[in-house]
Amino acid sequence: MDEHTAAAPLPADEPASPGGYPGGAAADDYHPGAASDDGYTPGAVRRERERYRRARRRRDGLIAAACTVGLLAAVCAAVVSSPGWGNVHALFLNGAEFRRYFGDILHGFWLNVQMFLVSELCILVLGLVIALVRVTRAPGLAPVRWAATLYVDVFRGVPTLLLVFLVGFGLPALQLQGTPSSPVVLGCMALVLSYTAYVGEVFRAGLNSVHPAQRNAAKALGLNESQTLRHVILPQAVRNVVPPLLNDFISLQKDTALVATLGPLEALRVAQIHSNYDFNYTPYLVAALLFIAVTIPMTRYADRLQSRATQRQWAEAGR
Amino acid sequence: MTTTSETSGVGDDATLSSVGEALLRIRGLRKSYAGRTVLRSIDLDVAEHQVVCLIGGSGSGKSTLLRCVDLLDTVDDGTVHLGGVELTDPRLDANAARRRIGVVFQSYNLFPHLNVLDNVTLAPRKAHRRPRRAAEQQAMELLARLGLVDKAKDYPDRLSGGQQQRVAIARALATDPELLLFDEITAALDPELVGEVLDVVGDLKQRGLTILMATHEMGFARHAADRVCFLEDGVIREQGSAEQVLGDPQHPSTRRFLSRVLEHR
Repeated sequence: MDEHTAAAPLPADEPASPGGYPGGAAADDYHPGAASDDGYTPGAVRRERERYRRARRRRDGLIAAACTVGLLAAVCAAVVSSPGWGNVHALFLNGAEFRRYFGDILHGFWLNVQMFLVSELCILVLGLVIALVRVTRAPGLAPVRWAATLYVDVFRGVPTLLLVFLVGFGLPALQLQGTPSSPVVLGCMALVLSYTAYVGEVFRAGLNSVHPAQRNAAKALGLNESQTLRHVILPQAVRNVVPPLLNDFISLQKDTALVATLGPLEALRVAQIHSNYDFNYTPYLVAALLFIAVTIPMTRYADRLQSRATQRQWAEAGR
Repeated sequence: MTTTSETSGVGDDATLSSVGEALLRIRGLRKSYAGRTVLRSIDLDVAEHQVVCLIGGSGSGKSTLLRCVDLLDTVDDGTVHLGGVELTDPRLDANAARRRIGVVFQSYNLFPHLNVLDNVTLAPRKAHRRPRRAAEQQAMELLARLGLVDKAKDYPDRLSGGQQQRVAIARALATDPELLLFDEITAALDPELVGEVLDVVGDLKQRGLTILMATHEMGFARHAADRVCFLEDGVIREQGSAEQVLGDPQHPSTRRFLSRVLEHR
């Protein structure tokens, strides 16, 4: 799969860039040209080895491709030959419906993206605040610390959809002055309430994951509690939690669809309206594809960061 | 009974009589973890410009003693005075006290997210509120002295163990501490890297710094230490000049320890 950048015999003065692989270099992979600062040219033995390894990779690639195509074909054949396929095809895969409503649903999806971006920002800030409050030991902050703990316990335990209902219908019913009435804002508030509890815990785990020796080293230098947190613990904690945070954000991106229950015209709601009107489910498929188009690149990116972080941890543990 | 009758006289002469001048004065220090007593009634003085080496097997209490002096652990009983100030007083601002002491750990403990220069300047800039320019200038002078000038912009994971440990020493020196505590700073290094770190310590001694260090390097202790203390089971069994303790040990357990250590050279 990983096509080597240095497929051809290498000019001695040009090291192959290991950053050339698309999927991130495997740690045990062979790096041709890694040491070429001394006028070294690869000899026959090495060229033979590289030829062999290329042939092996090509063979592995062909096997992987053949198996994938074979499996897909089998699944497709099974689905298409099923007794209800005709109905499903007409109801879910209607080309005319797809073309007619794609623009509308895409327009709705833009609202999902906006809700996602705004909520994400609030969640990051509030989650970090919750985590910091929970790890500090200042006695004056004790009531805030208890409140933060209670908040996290409660809001992690309530289903997000239920929160959307509670905030979306409950908050306006209080008829307090200054409470927002827009379902979009109320929906985002529910998402923020729910996800801040999770993200706060992610940040807290990150803060606790920094080795105690680092705290000791900072203390020994005479840094006080907040200086230690700000300059030593927090930067390392954030670096450690980026992959799990991204996972939470993928899930948040999907959960913006829950706001549909409050009525704003986001992707799912638009799809629902069109689907009810024509009694055809193709619009749902459109909405699903739009969500996937955003979440899959995020998932890939998160995976890559995760594997890089794992490699880094191994490298640090090996020292 | 902390020393044998022969050595207690010598040890007392060299140490306990000079109470007024001792920069670091430890009296009756006691520390236990979860019911296990690690240090029992430690008395130790370190005069200004002295290098004092703590030797002893693992678990003898050397590291704990250093941690207690730097207030990384709270002591159960006894006192630690640094330049006339009682560090063990709970009313004392511990961070202010730690700022007067430089510590280097066995496992370097550099900050991996900061480059070498920022590792060295963090404490002067944040804890001592020195301006960045002044802190960086001083740090570069220190790094030059330790042969690390070309590594200033590198991150710790790019350095060898010996280089990392020298950075850690530079970081400890950057705050101009009155007292340096070295906790087996060569124990995690490959043998060929030990020398470069010990050379630095020798240089610091020449410059008149005051150092209390736990070490397994008997050769180094012999030629660099003004005084050697042998610890066993949290008690100082014997202390005195390096020649005396290492060359002519009086206490049977010091002899046992030294013959065990020297056998495997």
